[in-house]
Amino acid sequence: MRADLLAETIDGIDEALAAVDAFDQVLTAGLLRPQPAQAAGLARLAGAVTGTPLAARVAEAAEKAAAGVASEDHLVALAAARTALLGSVHDALMTQVTEATGRPGGGDYPASEQAGQGTSARQAANVLAAARSWLSDLARGGWRGLDTGVVSESAPVVSAMLAEPALRRLATLLDGFAAELAASCPGATLERVPARRWADLWSRGMLLTVPGAAGAPATGTVTGRLLPLGIDLTEHPTAAQAQVHAVLEPADGGGPRLVRATVSVPKPDTVIGAGVWQLLRPRMSLLAAVSQGRSMDLADMPVTAEGDLIWSDEHARLGEPAAPFAAARVALPTATAMATAPLDRHPARIAVPVFLEGYAARQDDDALVFTVTGRPLAVDTDRIPVAGPLTPEAVAASGACIGLLRWDAGSFSVQPLAVETTVKKKAVAVQAGGWAGGTTDAAGVKAEKAATDATSVLRERAGRLLRK
Amino acid sequence: MPDWEKLSTARVIPLARPRKLAKVPFAELADGRLQGVVSSGSDIERVYVSSVAASTYTFACSTNNNRPCGGARGSFCNHILALVNEAVLQYGAERVARYLRVELGGEEPSAPSITRGMSVTRPAQGDTALAAPVFSRFLRHLAYLELAPVTAPVPEMQWFPPTRAEA
Repeated sequence: MRADLLAETIDGIDEALAAVDAFDQVLTAGLLRPQPAQAAGLARLAGAVTGTPLAARVAEAAEKAAAGVASEDHLVALAAARTALLGSVHDALMTQVTEATGRPGGGDYPASEQAGQGTSARQAANVLAAARSWLSDLARGGWRGLDTGVVSESAPVVSAMLAEPALRRLATLLDGFAAELAASCPGATLERVPARRWADLWSRGMLLTVPGAAGAPATGTVTGRLLPLGIDLTEHPTAAQAQVHAVLEPADGGGPRLVRATVSVPKPDTVIGAGVWQLLRPRMSLLAAVSQGRSMDLADMPVTAEGDLIWSDEHARLGEPAAPFAAARVALPTATAMATAPLDRHPARIAVPVFLEGYAARQDDDALVFTVTGRPLAVDTDRIPVAGPLTPEAVAASGACIGLLRWDAGSFSVQPLAVETTVKKKAVAVQAGGWAGGTTDAAGVKAEKAATDATSVLRERAGRLLRK
Repeated sequence: MPDWEKLSTARVIPLARPRKLAKVPFAELADGRLQGVVSSGSDIERVYVSSVAASTYTFACSTNNNRPCGGARGSFCNHILALVNEAVLQYGAERVARYLRVELGGEEPSAPSITRGMSVTRPAQGDTALAAPVFSRFLRHLAYLELAPVTAPVPEMQWFPPTRAEA
């Protein structure tokens, strides 16, 4: 990868982000009694989408919001404008990333898929409306006006949505968002406000309340050999997701493709560490394959236009041993990336598999930095899951790394998924998600045992106390 | 260093620490209280619902069937002490002390110093009306175990990276 190409400044990004920041300050103060500063922030957002199909609706929404009389539809329009701006930032960054990786780009997302299908049940419409109403209340009060009353109103909405798998995306988002807000009450005394982050979560939540927005339908099936590169674990107190990044070699002889396979689950907040793998493991045999260093053979596995496999164990069987570093060296360089769905275009969604070697690693204050093709690239070691064999120390001592290229707050970084390091003069590979499918490592076994104990206590309590 | 307020993935909640759940299956800092559920040592069917309010330290403890706890007369019972201990394990002493707004008198935050800091103010005993909502939050928490995993991607989880930074 050519990290030097990532250092070039992109025209227009600063201006787009300045408009986003202006709106984020509006949400920090709230829309109940807008002051001139907020009217200016709203006007700046509206000005940034002038000349786009959103212009008229956003201009009206900004005007109403500045007068303190925004309806929920107006708030959705503002969220859409902010999302569109960040979508343009995403696209500009991805052009740069594609040049830096030198791999074939994903091209355009198929137009026919742009209108998501998703769930359209009437009952879903009610709960989506309730979610929008809660998010609108948040916007009126602002982050500075947060109190436990408004935050706790999300609980019945989230509970109703969690029961419906088709609404899992919005439910998971709001559940994690509400937990953060609850931990930050009262907003008036917060030392600092994560303004970009909360406005991201708010905007995304708002758009997902539009029926059909969360649909990501399978558009076909794939057959071939799946070579895992590594696992990206994400989690908040009451949910976790494991996403396996992999190269698919199609059986029909087509070129290799980058794909992802994902499993997610809601969880009690006391199930952590290895307990998360225990909840995810039974639903996706691929996690065990990753831990064992094996490929998988897929037959007619459903796939979306974004390259997301909709995993089902009956379409997969365990294949030959396949080292992730062999896949990264041989198959990854020519693998075609998939396009990103329109609503998912956001810089925080950028997670591009890269293979790095020949870098120099150095500890810079608190952060680890790789020097790649003469350029510094920050290493996000905080993303390495605790329940795994990979450590920041192993990354610092590594000679090769499979990672995900990411971007946040103006800079690129790499999230390590696996590293090659030398132990007793032998090269060994250590994966962040190495314990996903189970482990015989002593520390891993201990973590598994503690997690099993915690989950069995909760299951025992649930069996005795639930539905009484 | 990037500006924290401009990070999409700013970490807001520190890593929860593992703890044994047998004695206190549920502890949370919510609704202006430390509240939770403590399993009875003698009767497997019985649990105590205990809580301490922030600032005033008003406390309450009763069974899930709303029988008052015999130990919580005028001062913290053992269930409340266990709840404070476990909350400190899960969230870290600093966060518990800050949430409850305990004056530690220069002591390091810890379960004993937090308990002492609250006890010396001679907190009042609250009524047990809280038991029902706290117990239902516990049941809601347990119900998460019954939700099945899905394999459709949840792109929103990209906003929730893990952290290694403990509370």
